[in-house]
Amino acid sequence: MKNRIASLALLASLGIGQAFAQSTNITGAGATFPYPLYSKWADEYKKSTGVAINYQSIGSGGGIRQIKAKTVDFGASDMPLKIEELNADGLIQFPAMIGGVVAAVNLDGIVSGQLKLSGAVLADIYLAKITSWNDPAIVALNPGASLKADPITVVRRADGSGTTFLFTDYLSKVSAEWKSKVGSGTAISWPTGVGGKGNEGVAAYIQRIKGSIGYVEFAYAKRNKISFTQLQNADQQWVSPDDPNFAAAAANAKWDAAQGFYQVLTNQPGKASWPITGASFILTPKDPKDSAKALEVLKFFAWTAKNGGKMAEELDYVPIPPTVSAQIEAYWRDAVKVNGAALWK
Amino acid sequence: MITPRYRNRQFRNKLAIALAVLATALGAAVLFWILASLATNGLSGLSKAVFTQSTPPPGATGGLLNAIIGSLAMVCAGTIIATPIGILAGIYLAEISQGAKLASVVRFVNDLLLSAPSIVLGLFVYAVYVAHAKHFSGWAGAVALSLIAIPIITRTTETMLTLIPNSLREAAYALGSPRWVVVKRVTLRAARAGLITGVLLAVARISGETAPLLFTALNNQFLSTDMNAPMANLPVVIFQFAMSPYDEWKQLAWVGALLISVGVLTLSFIARHFSREKK
Amino acid sequence: MEVSALSAKFAREDALFNLSARTAAFAVLALFLGVFFFLVVGAWPALREFGFGFFTESTWDPVKNQYGALSPITGTLLTSAIALLIAVPISFGIAVFLTELCPASLKGSFGTMIELLASIPSIIYGLWGLLIFAPLYAEHVQAHLGGWAKSLGPLGVLFQGAPIGIGISTAGIILSFMVIPFIASVMRDVFETVPPILKESAYALGATRWEVVRNVVLPYTKVGVFGGIMLGLGRALGETMAVTFVIGNAYNISPSLFEAGNSIASSIANEFAEAGEGLHVASLTALGLILFLITTFVLIVARLMLSRMQKKTGGI
Repeated sequence: MKNRIASLALLASLGIGQAFAQSTNITGAGATFPYPLYSKWADEYKKSTGVAINYQSIGSGGGIRQIKAKTVDFGASDMPLKIEELNADGLIQFPAMIGGVVAAVNLDGIVSGQLKLSGAVLADIYLAKITSWNDPAIVALNPGASLKADPITVVRRADGSGTTFLFTDYLSKVSAEWKSKVGSGTAISWPTGVGGKGNEGVAAYIQRIKGSIGYVEFAYAKRNKISFTQLQNADQQWVSPDDPNFAAAAANAKWDAAQGFYQVLTNQPGKASWPITGASFILTPKDPKDSAKALEVLKFFAWTAKNGGKMAEELDYVPIPPTVSAQIEAYWRDAVKVNGAALWK
Repeated sequence: MITPRYRNRQFRNKLAIALAVLATALGAAVLFWILASLATNGLSGLSKAVFTQSTPPPGATGGLLNAIIGSLAMVCAGTIIATPIGILAGIYLAEISQGAKLASVVRFVNDLLLSAPSIVLGLFVYAVYVAHAKHFSGWAGAVALSLIAIPIITRTTETMLTLIPNSLREAAYALGSPRWVVVKRVTLRAARAGLITGVLLAVARISGETAPLLFTALNNQFLSTDMNAPMANLPVVIFQFAMSPYDEWKQLAWVGALLISVGVLTLSFIARHFSREKK
Repeated sequence: MEVSALSAKFAREDALFNLSARTAAFAVLALFLGVFFFLVVGAWPALREFGFGFFTESTWDPVKNQYGALSPITGTLLTSAIALLIAVPISFGIAVFLTELCPASLKGSFGTMIELLASIPSIIYGLWGLLIFAPLYAEHVQAHLGGWAKSLGPLGVLFQGAPIGIGISTAGIILSFMVIPFIASVMRDVFETVPPILKESAYALGATRWEVVRNVVLPYTKVGVFGGIMLGLGRALGETMAVTFVIGNAYNISPSLFEAGNSIASSIANEFAEAGEGLHVASLTALGLILFLITTFVLIVARLMLSRMQKKTGGI
């Protein structure tokens, strides 16, 4: 009796498994930076086409690793790979959207967008050289603000992160000491700080810990009512994070398909440019084994290029401009081949 | 005669009793605190949507349907894989070679596996299965869970079988039955309640396991019954949602925790009821 | 069927049965050895590259591809030590209560309470620890202890740092809550093996309850108690979820217990899914290997102690 139930259950689960195996299930993994947008896109895409794009936000480092190991159908990373690496692993790369990284704080008596932190001061905080909120360097930049002698709790990422790459790239550009002591990358040796998992984890810690500072993608700060700071851009202007400022920085981009659209948009010139802007990239195989799934991936991103702009702006991201989208589709036509024939028509 | 020494002894005795009672009260307090938190935070989030909708994107409302189905599927599959192996191994230890050297080695190793960190088993399944299959899957998650269940079922099977008096077995052998008939028809049947207890305890244990699923089954935003692809499951969803800053997600994490706890506690109660009935 | 044909049939079926049971038993052995083997194979690149320095270096730098296990190992040992420090006295108190002080009518309920605590999955402890315990801990305990830290003199360094609620001490405390029911039930089982006549004789001589426990029960069950503590230690060392939620995820070695840290299990849980091929994965696998070896060693000691106890009492 027990055996019969057991075998029935096994057959049932196998049967159901097979029946549903036909409905396409595309898996992607990577950056948490664009996750709120990708998951919204995937939700809408499923409603209109029935195809399920299952995106797991495990961090850019994870996305790169999983797509290289081909355990997922596409990877997502805020740190673009250089063309040599793309060629070595047989991958194509293209941007899917643009966003900004902000410094967020949890301080009583400070309103969002009030606090000003220069690049040098931010670097010194993360180097653990500035450890108290009423440090003269911070007070000098914020004469009117009520800053007490509270200790600064630094929050950063515990996992491999493209957001970290963008943030540390910016710090390397504005602080020679940071560049030589720590450097930039998706996972670095942090001088100090509590590690959160994903942008979500960092945001959660900032929410929880008084006197903390962390870096998150803008949507995470805005959504969760976490105060962000003003930063100083390459033109010495104090700017607040916002769509137009991200777009201003992105306007400097020189998208080149031959280089796998490699662009790092931190510390860009321009009066309104937000200093920690970045594009989020998609990685997928040049020569995919499963052509049906590979085609679904491209179809999804073609759909988002056409229909995803409004959703992006609602969530404070910047969509890829139509001219660049056209470039990207041409790139697919040239680069992605199945048995020698182009996959994307 | 009340000497100072006597008073001293009485004092120490009272102190020890007080501390012991305090310790027990502390244990009870922690238990009630945790259950109360689960109840208040979890129940407030319970709604029909939890059981009819899948996990939502950040900032939206939804449910836990895909995670519940995924967990059920992987726990079932894991149990189905583990039970025959565990019961057979338990039979080997109890019936076939009770005193042999090899049996004591197997018994010892089984106990080591029983308490081994589950994350290490997850690493093992990743290296052996996921890396070669080139994708995460519900099957990998089920296999990881089964590896945790096998030692539990083996141990309880052996314990339950050794409790059956030999006279029962001898009577059957005296009738000329082959060993496997004796085991199947007589010993197993007599120990049936105990064996079911063992399986239920294993199920209770693996329903709450998270670490081994982190890099085998991964997770899935949508409802999927394809065991050959990443599958949503309650523990990993709770992990993701609890560490996030979104209130809707944190609420769902509590509901998920409540569901797992209710499931595990119910299974444990049923298991104890079974083993008590046997007596 | 003829008798000889029947017995031949039985012999074949028996052989098949024996074979399948034996295979299952070997599968258990193979599993253990397989885990060990794959861990060693996976960890080898890191161990070869860093050698013994792997255990003494604390840098964990994926950019420069330098990995040292000192920080996670320290975190694992510290959190487990804190957990045992809290759990052993409390479990002992609970076990004494259950066996000596509890009225028979309540024994069942309290016993159930212990088993309920033991069966709650670790992720619940982690969730509760992060969302309920940590904020209260930060506000009511850490804030005050931090204030007194200066007046505690050299001990004060243990409590330095911002009251963030998460960190090594929080992880140790949550871990202790997880381990208490475990150790308490083993201690209780072990205490119950003391022959009543020994205790009754002591009582007849006028001993107080505490004296019976201290001078009769404890000496008799010493070995079993130690085995139970070792079992609890084994559990604490390998615990992942309860710790990962609240330990703070920092490759950091600091004398302050309030600081964030890392344990072997939490490092693997946080980084494995996205670790880069090569030394990063190998180093994480090496961490897994170290954990496996430490827990296996502790569990071997525990099992040896407990089976010595069993032999002595001649029972289960």
